[in-house]
Amino acid sequence: MTEMAGTPYKPGEHPDLPPPANTIGPIAWIRQNLLSSPSNIVMTAVSIWLLYTIIPPVLDWMFFDAAFTGANRNECRARVGGACWAFINERFSLFTYGFYPIQERWRVDLSFILLVAALIPVLYDGLPLRKFGLYFSASFPLLAGWLLLGGLGLEPVETDKFGGFMLTFVIGVTGIAFSLPIGILLALGRQSELPIIRIFCVVFIEFMRGVPLITLLFVASIMLNYFLPKGITFDLLLRVLIMVTLFASAYMAEVIRGGLQAITRGQIEAADVLGLKYWQSMRLVVLPQALKISIPGIVNTFIGLYKDTTLVIIIGLLDPLGIGRSSLADTKWTGLSTEVYLFVAVFFFISCFGMARYSLYLENKLQTEHSR
Amino acid sequence: MTEHVHKDTHSDRPDYAVVIRNLHKWYGQFHVLKNVNLKVARGEKIVICGPSGSGKSTLIRCINRLEEHQEGDVIVDGTELTNDLEVIQTVRRKVGMVFQHFNLFPHLTVLENCTLSPIWVKKMPKAKAEALAMQCLERVRIPDQAGKYVGQLSGGQQQRVAIARSLCRRPKIMLFDEPTSALDPEMIKEVLDVMIELASEGITMLCVTHEMGFAKTVADRVIFIDGGEIIEENTPQEFFDNPQHDRTKLFMSQILNHA
Repeated sequence: MTEMAGTPYKPGEHPDLPPPANTIGPIAWIRQNLLSSPSNIVMTAVSIWLLYTIIPPVLDWMFFDAAFTGANRNECRARVGGACWAFINERFSLFTYGFYPIQERWRVDLSFILLVAALIPVLYDGLPLRKFGLYFSASFPLLAGWLLLGGLGLEPVETDKFGGFMLTFVIGVTGIAFSLPIGILLALGRQSELPIIRIFCVVFIEFMRGVPLITLLFVASIMLNYFLPKGITFDLLLRVLIMVTLFASAYMAEVIRGGLQAITRGQIEAADVLGLKYWQSMRLVVLPQALKISIPGIVNTFIGLYKDTTLVIIIGLLDPLGIGRSSLADTKWTGLSTEVYLFVAVFFFISCFGMARYSLYLENKLQTEHSR
Repeated sequence: MTEHVHKDTHSDRPDYAVVIRNLHKWYGQFHVLKNVNLKVARGEKIVICGPSGSGKSTLIRCINRLEEHQEGDVIVDGTELTNDLEVIQTVRRKVGMVFQHFNLFPHLTVLENCTLSPIWVKKMPKAKAEALAMQCLERVRIPDQAGKYVGQLSGGQQQRVAIARSLCRRPKIMLFDEPTSALDPEMIKEVLDVMIELASEGITMLCVTHEMGFAKTVADRVIFIDGGEIIEENTPQEFFDNPQHDRTKLFMSQILNHA
């Protein structure tokens, strides 16, 4: 029998040993990540110094020296040197609801609560009675439309009263909810063996991607009136919703097409051999895999769409940025643009960061290989 | 054409599981299958071998219409294949297939892979489909893996799941397209054992493989294809011990020298 140098175990009897102590634990982490080489030690020191010089003043400005109440800009500035959140405070309901009638604003609140309730069954699949939850989610757009627009017993509200975060949510949620299914259909259509469907999808996708969203919004706001027969008008917000949705669908279709191309021919053949029909094999075999691969791209498109809702300012809809700009025109509060834009930025960041984190959670959850 | 089984039959049905007559297929300009004639009796086990690119996979893929043929007839269990989707579905209901690369669905568990077709195609209640799937998984000896995702299994286990998935449809005919070519040597035996057991149960089998041991144990006939034509067909005994055609002899010597 051969003796291995320095190994006290016979061949085939070597037990599993723990890794060396200096390769695990927080101290090892610090050594590996922060102090692994002289240049890294310098970078770590510089980073700590930068954080030390930047973070305390920012916190002072945002919180400790900030004024949260006050009737106008001068009152704010007279007391403290920090941010003047009193301005945001006073305009908060305008930022949230736009010009939605004050006595009807409970409808917006209720819609928002229902939106959260409708999202839960979509986002988490472990829920009891999820099926019924999904029926509710599917009916949410109608329900929210009724609540926000009124009619059928509720006081009607014109869409030009919509504004602020509420408008962002309306455009963002509609765009996200409809661009995914339309994008899936376009992506499948682009691979269709029927030339008419394929050509239609290719032309649609390439046209929508080739034209800036702002152009489409102008078309929606101005030019559509020329094309429509006289006497027929339809709501500006509805036109914007359609344009934003179609625009996002085209991008979505290309993202999903990337996922579809990663599915091997063998998967479709196996589904064929098992007797699944086209739509069954798409729904049960191809799309679950293709969409899973496409999650980062899909969420990327969602986030892009959500932020692009601010472009509606150009055709006169008052999203949070629009509200902010018009608020800055108030002589009582001039010169507070930092506060306004920071506030809007934080709102968008929280929404988008939430979407990004959810996409990571979903990717981990759908990981089926070597998950143990 | 030589016929070793049912020499006396003139009618194509119901004695034959598969009848292929004057089959031609082209990929673009490339003539893949040239006038192939083959009759497979019920319960017969046929092993198809030949060099790579000879058209052997294409031939068995014509049987369940994964490949469309341009000339000739393919009649499966009395049904002639046409472009009609209903006809294709009817044929596929009777034919199971196992692929070289398994083609299991990685987003589903082993059990879900097996119940997919019973639930969605045969509209079986879920509990009944799961009972059936467990039966099939027991036949391939991996009922204990039912809850795992296929990515967590070894190659041999995956191929056995693929066989179980086909069995859940209760096929009359099984097609195997190089079922052990993608496996590590250690795992080939466990798959072949399952296939041998299956063969003993009387199912009709067409198997593209170069596992000569399997051919000797199981096959009623061995068919050698080269250049899209059936060069030689014979009983395994004759085929291996006394190959007739020069091309067959060359092929055999290459395979045997390598192994």
